[in-house]
Amino acid sequence: MTLAEIEIGQQVLIHQVRGQGALRRRLLEMGLTPNTSVCVRKVAPMGDPIELRIRGYSLTLRKEDADLIDVCEVCGNSEPMRGHGWRHQHRHGGKFGE
Amino acid sequence: MVNKRKTIALIGNQNCGKTTLFNQLTGSNQHVGNFPGVTVEQKKGSVLKHNDFEVVDLPGIYSLSPYTLEEIVTRDFLIQEKPDLVINIIDATNLERNLYLTLQLLDLQFPMVIALNMMDEVRGSGHFIDVQQFSSMLNVPIYPISALKNEGIDEMLKGIEEVLEKVGEVPWLDYCSGEVHKAVHAIRHLIEPKAEKKGIPVRFASSKLVEGDPLMEQALELDETELDLLERIIKVAETNLNLDREAAMVEMRYQFIDHLSQQVQRKFGESKEQIRSQKFDQLLTHRYFGIPIFFLFMLGVFWFTFGPVGSFFSDAFVGVIETATAWVDSQLGILGVNAILHSLVIDGIFAGVGSVLGFLPIIIILFFLLSLLEDTGYMARVAFMMDQMMRRIGLSGRSVVPMLMGFGCSVPAIMATRTLPGERDRKMTILLTPFLSCSAKVPIYAVFTAAFFSTHRTLVMFSLYLGGVAMAVLSGWILKSTVMKGNPVPFVLELPSYRLPNAKSVGLNLYDKAKDFLTRAFTVIFIGTIVIWFLQSFDYKFNWVTNSEYSLMAEIGKKIAPLFAPLGFADWRAATALLAGITAKEAVVSTLSILTNVGDASQVASVLPSLFTPLSAYSFLVFTLLYMPCVAAFAATRREWGNWRGSLAVVSYQTGVAWIMAFLVFQIGSFFA
Repeated sequence: MTLAEIEIGQQVLIHQVRGQGALRRRLLEMGLTPNTSVCVRKVAPMGDPIELRIRGYSLTLRKEDADLIDVCEVCGNSEPMRGHGWRHQHRHGGKFGE
Repeated sequence: MVNKRKTIALIGNQNCGKTTLFNQLTGSNQHVGNFPGVTVEQKKGSVLKHNDFEVVDLPGIYSLSPYTLEEIVTRDFLIQEKPDLVINIIDATNLERNLYLTLQLLDLQFPMVIALNMMDEVRGSGHFIDVQQFSSMLNVPIYPISALKNEGIDEMLKGIEEVLEKVGEVPWLDYCSGEVHKAVHAIRHLIEPKAEKKGIPVRFASSKLVEGDPLMEQALELDETELDLLERIIKVAETNLNLDREAAMVEMRYQFIDHLSQQVQRKFGESKEQIRSQKFDQLLTHRYFGIPIFFLFMLGVFWFTFGPVGSFFSDAFVGVIETATAWVDSQLGILGVNAILHSLVIDGIFAGVGSVLGFLPIIIILFFLLSLLEDTGYMARVAFMMDQMMRRIGLSGRSVVPMLMGFGCSVPAIMATRTLPGERDRKMTILLTPFLSCSAKVPIYAVFTAAFFSTHRTLVMFSLYLGGVAMAVLSGWILKSTVMKGNPVPFVLELPSYRLPNAKSVGLNLYDKAKDFLTRAFTVIFIGTIVIWFLQSFDYKFNWVTNSEYSLMAEIGKKIAPLFAPLGFADWRAATALLAGITAKEAVVSTLSILTNVGDASQVASVLPSLFTPLSAYSFLVFTLLYMPCVAAFAATRREWGNWRGSLAVVSYQTGVAWIMAFLVFQIGSFFA
């Protein structure tokens, strides 16, 4: 399922962002990273683009681009990668700004 | 403190209040320029009461990746100019995404402070940010401010003084973790000598190399072995993480940000401003009402600018210019100044510059209304609603407003393209906008339709407007698949919360535009009008002409007239009028009236049938609609395009298109007639 396919108001988790180059990079950098919760809030009057709510702000992108973003209702086991998580490393006496 | 000026770079995301802060810091002590060699605007200014601080306002960006021109110039500026300090302004109501840029700035290891803007909104919504904890976690001084209300800025400036007085290495925040951490450190050791030699912050270089940044690879001039090693280090990280390098780096930064914001931020639902914005958007981007409301707004803007209010100011202003002209005219007469000099001053300088100055009230009013729409956050919604339509001609929704303004006047429309992201989008919008019929062409249509199409005036006018739009669409379509093939900027746009604009910012913006326009009026336009005056006043032996039929301009008109024969109007007077139209489109009608000796422009309609047939008149109108815009619009094009060659190519294209379309109209029309 991709972000272009979900219904308005439905809350989902991002699984991965496909595609390449500037667009993919921009999508990731705007905070569309795996396991982030996102919801589609609105569709533009002409049916495209869509408005998203993510990380506490509103973002608009075109449906063809939203189609590059795989989402799941509960990503559960399919978590793409954990284990290099920040917390794991620094929980034990990790200090900022070594 | 040593009496040396300190350069301070101001950097932040779009919509985080950066420009407002810049205006609060510098007041009117600012000047606008471009980054070297590109059309990205660069503002500089000295800080009020702190003349030793020079602030440079960098473009609003979300990241330091190498994809957009804005990002690249910002990076180059930071690495090459090495500012003494960086102010990173972040929107406190939207911490997570704003911090993404912050982390990359920390990699650069410049002395830095963070301006935590819109803290008043955070407090007002009952949310909470632990600034002390925040500051100690990032190891950077953080100052809560409200740029809009001018709060907290003095404290921040004091803090900046303290930071600047400190010497020594900037502490390095090691926010990275896991596999990426390993890769960054391994690469760091690999490139350290080269990065130091090139003066590139090594930590920043390592992160960028992990991301696979081609510009950084070039800048460091890595050799085969190093590139190979680099590739291997990253492959290991990618395999272990089961993620590609770009995603791994972004994800790692966001993990740190998530952790940080959990520690320092308490949010209870959305902020008041966000809830209010959603309510506004229920109407303003409504499925059925959104677009009609937008057109109503635009209609309002036009009515205000070109209707009674605008004409009142325009007329008053033109009245002042005319009074001044009359006074100077009579004084020159009394003093018995040489007739040629007298004519130069009155018919050349005053008439030329005066007619262009008449645009000034329109430009100020238009930009006043537009900055209201922009600063409130409505413009982003317009882009959201209109994107679907603009995409077809290879542009994005963001180009809609500058293009619509083209129906009023191409000059402010072209000036307004400066806020568009992406050089390609900007240039395409500049090129297409003049096809949309500007209001100065209305008098030409009025005279011609009165003379030839008195029964179908509205229809003919409408067909011209529609023809202009069609030409813009067709050109956009052709350009996007030929010379302007380049990648459009991805349409990934933030919709900021609606906010009241700041009076000082709006005022400074107007001041800026007025100054920009006046500077041009007294340089390019001034020279242009003198050249035209010269051409109109002298013959080819440089004798003063009394009969305009023998002026240089008319001679040129006669020379080029055959070029218009295939379009149906080979008369030299038509060609001369088109030449004169380059000063201002209104001049087409007045020149025709002079050359046909009717004296009064309102009588022109009666003599036109001796020059044109209805078909050639229509072909003339089509040519007028599409050919190069007036000298004021050309000057704006030259300014925004950034070089003469490109801007000359633009007007040649426009004139070429005009010729072809008028040719088609006349030839196809003759075939059926």
